[in-house]
Amino acid sequence: MNDHTVKAFDADIGQLRGLIAQMGGMAEHAIAGAMEALRRHDLEGAQLIIAGDKKLDALELEVEQLAVRIIALRAPLADDLREVVAALKIAGVIERIGDYAKNIAKRVPSIDSHGEIEPLSVLPAMSALAVRMVHDALDAFAARDADAAVEVCQRDREVDDFYNSLFRVLVTHMMENPRTIGQVTQLLFIAKNLERVGDHATNIAEMIYYAATGTHMVERDRGTLLSLTE
Amino acid sequence: MSIPNQHKISAQHVNVWYGAKKAIDDVSLDFGSDHVTSLIGPSGCGKSTFLRTLNRMNDTIPAAKVEGDITLDGEDIYAPEMDVVQLRARVGMVFQKPNPFPKSIFENVAYGPRIHGLAGNKTQLGEIVERSLRRAGLWDEVKDRLTDSGTALSGGQQQRLCIARAIAVDPEVILMDEPCSALDPIATAKIEELIHELKGRYAIVIVTHNMQQAARVSQRTAFFHLGTLIEYGATSDIFTNPRQERTKDYITGRYG
Repeated sequence: MNDHTVKAFDADIGQLRGLIAQMGGMAEHAIAGAMEALRRHDLEGAQLIIAGDKKLDALELEVEQLAVRIIALRAPLADDLREVVAALKIAGVIERIGDYAKNIAKRVPSIDSHGEIEPLSVLPAMSALAVRMVHDALDAFAARDADAAVEVCQRDREVDDFYNSLFRVLVTHMMENPRTIGQVTQLLFIAKNLERVGDHATNIAEMIYYAATGTHMVERDRGTLLSLTE
Repeated sequence: MSIPNQHKISAQHVNVWYGAKKAIDDVSLDFGSDHVTSLIGPSGCGKSTFLRTLNRMNDTIPAAKVEGDITLDGEDIYAPEMDVVQLRARVGMVFQKPNPFPKSIFENVAYGPRIHGLAGNKTQLGEIVERSLRRAGLWDEVKDRLTDSGTALSGGQQQRLCIARAIAVDPEVILMDEPCSALDPIATAKIEELIHELKGRYAIVIVTHNMQQAARVSQRTAFFHLGTLIEYGATSDIFTNPRQERTKDYITGRYG
């Protein structure tokens, strides 16, 4: 990849990529942090995650302003154009992932049953899978790596499968322990949030694929099995 | 490299030399009346030279030699029996700098139809002038001062006058060599709007250094580099997803 004749253009693109990387890192930490707060029933930690979401919103706005400025001042074309458009959309998706982290953190106070609800112990594993997808999608963005993006999309199945089996486990748990229905319903929502994080990571990967190749990812690359979650 | 359509003008295996220097190397391109084609590429890539082969403007350069087949409706434009004056009426040209004759606005447009005998009488000639100026989007601005000198108009108006002059002789093809490079953004927008209006009536080929302009006005784009045709295709593909690395480097401002 040659540099632009106008060096400031490279600086703008570099700044845009930096902002996306920063947002991605924050969203990953927010999900992981919310899950950690949930596991330890750490109300203060949950409050920090909720408050931290504002930073993500501010960064999204910054990406939007920079992208609009690049489009207005540099009139990007071809891969530059695709990258700016992808960055704009990815920023919106990462902001949504941040919202899910906030939503999980908000549920922390209503789940206080340390050790009582067995499925609580498998949620962190599901969370780790989803967070890993976000992380790898953003690595693919940094490297403009279409193959890595495809690989991330294929992993969404695992998260979906996790959710589907967890759904059954939680429903069974509720039937057997009706007095936990309130709390387990909260866990169900959290599992659903994590499943959505995986979907969003998939969206990010699809945009990266388009930015890198100029074509849209075909269905067979994404994995075609419909699951309960779709 | 051609996209099937009704070809108005077709260039096959064109080579051009200026003395010993080869300026165009085996370029084949077809142009239809249903679309505008942009020729883009860095300075000296041969796009203007190629454009000028389409109405034999290179004839005026003694050292220039043109090889290959260029046909207008299947007719070889380089055939000995081809009347070059007639050819240039059918294949009109608009240049980088507006070049109106130092005559009245009316005369600038009436000159071509008169020498080609397109008007039977004064009334008909007046009609042709009005129709041409209307098509060029200039009529409303000049209808009350048709006897003023063409050179007294603003740059943008002069360029539209030149377009009116070109279309007055009822051409089939209009070649434009950087028609907006000397114009301000408003005048440029008017010319672009005009190109849009004229599309369908004429085959239009435009050379431009302005990438956004090429993207806006044309449906087909050809990228030239060092005298060869590197890539040709739908404008939307060329500007969002070019196939060739050199095209990409050029349009994204990474060239050189």
